[in-house]
Amino acid sequence: GRPILHGYFRSSCSWRVRIAFALKGVEYDQLPVNLIKDGGQQLTEEYKALNPMQQVPAVEIDGTTLSQSLAVIQYIDETRPGPRLLPADPKARAQVRMISDLIASGIQPLQNLYVIQKIGAEKMQWSQHFIDRGFQALEPILKQTAGKYCVGDEISMADICLVPQVYNAERFKVDVGKYPTIKRLNEALLEIEAFQVSHPSRQPDTPDDLRA
Amino acid sequence: MRTLYQLYSLKSSFTQTRALNYCGRTNMLSVHLFVHPSKPTAGVGLDTSCHMVRGSQSTQREEGDLRTSLCEATPILHGYFRSSCSWRVRIAFALKGVEYDQLPVNLIKDGGQQLTEEYKALNPMQQVPAVEIDGTTLSQSLAVIQYIDETRPGPRLLPADPKARAQVRMISDLIASGIQPLQNLYVIQKIGAEKMQWSQHFIDRGFQALEPILKQTAGKYCVGDEISMADICLVPQVYNAERFKVDVGKYPTIKRLNEALLEIEAFQVSHPSRQPDTPDDLRA
Repeated sequence: GRPILHGYFRSSCSWRVRIAFALKGVEYDQLPVNLIKDGGQQLTEEYKALNPMQQVPAVEIDGTTLSQSLAVIQYIDETRPGPRLLPADPKARAQVRMISDLIASGIQPLQNLYVIQKIGAEKMQWSQHFIDRGFQALEPILKQTAGKYCVGDEISMADICLVPQVYNAERFKVDVGKYPTIKRLNEALLEIEAFQVSHPSRQPDTPDDLRA
Repeated sequence: MRTLYQLYSLKSSFTQTRALNYCGRTNMLSVHLFVHPSKPTAGVGLDTSCHMVRGSQSTQREEGDLRTSLCEATPILHGYFRSSCSWRVRIAFALKGVEYDQLPVNLIKDGGQQLTEEYKALNPMQQVPAVEIDGTTLSQSLAVIQYIDETRPGPRLLPADPKARAQVRMISDLIASGIQPLQNLYVIQKIGAEKMQWSQHFIDRGFQALEPILKQTAGKYCVGDEISMADICLVPQVYNAERFKVDVGKYPTIKRLNEALLEIEAFQVSHPSRQPDTPDDLRA
């Protein structure tokens, strides 16, 4: 059967997986999990059985259920044909993972829904702080590694992580113009079909007022 | 002093891991020699510990360049004894039998040595670990660990089977993205007075998710019966949990795995209590 993505239109981690599926040309179904409605559908017992961490995404694929977007993406890369999502060269591959982890461990978890709900009133300031801090580190790294894309001239998991994080930055009113390499890469990647078809504004669960 | 021919013939007398690094260095060496056709026996060579021997004909600049290329056969870990992310890398090196040097970065002293301009040049995120290896500098412990796994011989740190490999990464990421970043030094400094409560909350939340996952995936170790990157992430996170007074007894699978792993030499030799920068009062 086709893979099933349990995700949310605006979840950056879910978007990463949607991009990966699109780049590989893999068809999949979506079962949206609304993180706000009903107190948060990720908190139901049913969803907890799929992902005990009670977060999106979770992916049912090849008879198993996986969570953690980068684990899912590398699994897709290693089991599906199509363009590589990580380069062949070990050093370049390490750079792709380094950039992906900087975003997926160093930025996004500090500004995801669960954490900002705990932070409360100062959540805008808190989120901006961690996004700026991460982008301040990412900018010089990308200056070194980037060609046409984050690492050299081939699209990789690093690009898959970057674009949704820039989207988050914009939602939190971070001025991405301060980071010219990030800005340039984001604009180039948004021209690519896989990044467009997977965009939060084009998903089955996108609310009408946010739909492209 | 040795010629290029003699350097190549040394390869077989090194251990396998040294030979891998050595090949790279020899390639760089050969390029460098040919750059100076007027000095066919450019007076540099290597002794068996990869230290450069000064020769009579090379200039100091050539030697300096070669020294940088050649003497960095040994990886350098910039870390902190008690940093769980640094400990992960130390475990990986130990499991693979890779010798490395340590340049400790004290996260508390002098306002935090990770905040110096020098360290920022190594890792712009101003965190540990950073690893100088094979002529490049890498940060993010899981990127480093997988690089080590993909370039060094020895036991695999990730399984061959793609599904098992995905489970290893899932567990590693649950810890490395879902728990540790919420209780690292930088964040708890921002949280301030409530940092104990905050950290316990996020560790408990993560362990509550990890426990049922591990019940499914674990054999002798986190995923099946072979040690993997998941185990490498688990043990330092349990150490953190204990530092924040989380009762790990609530998580029997985590507890069992942690105890089994702490029996293994690679997890002991890399332990925070046994590092060059371990303070005396915490030393094993």
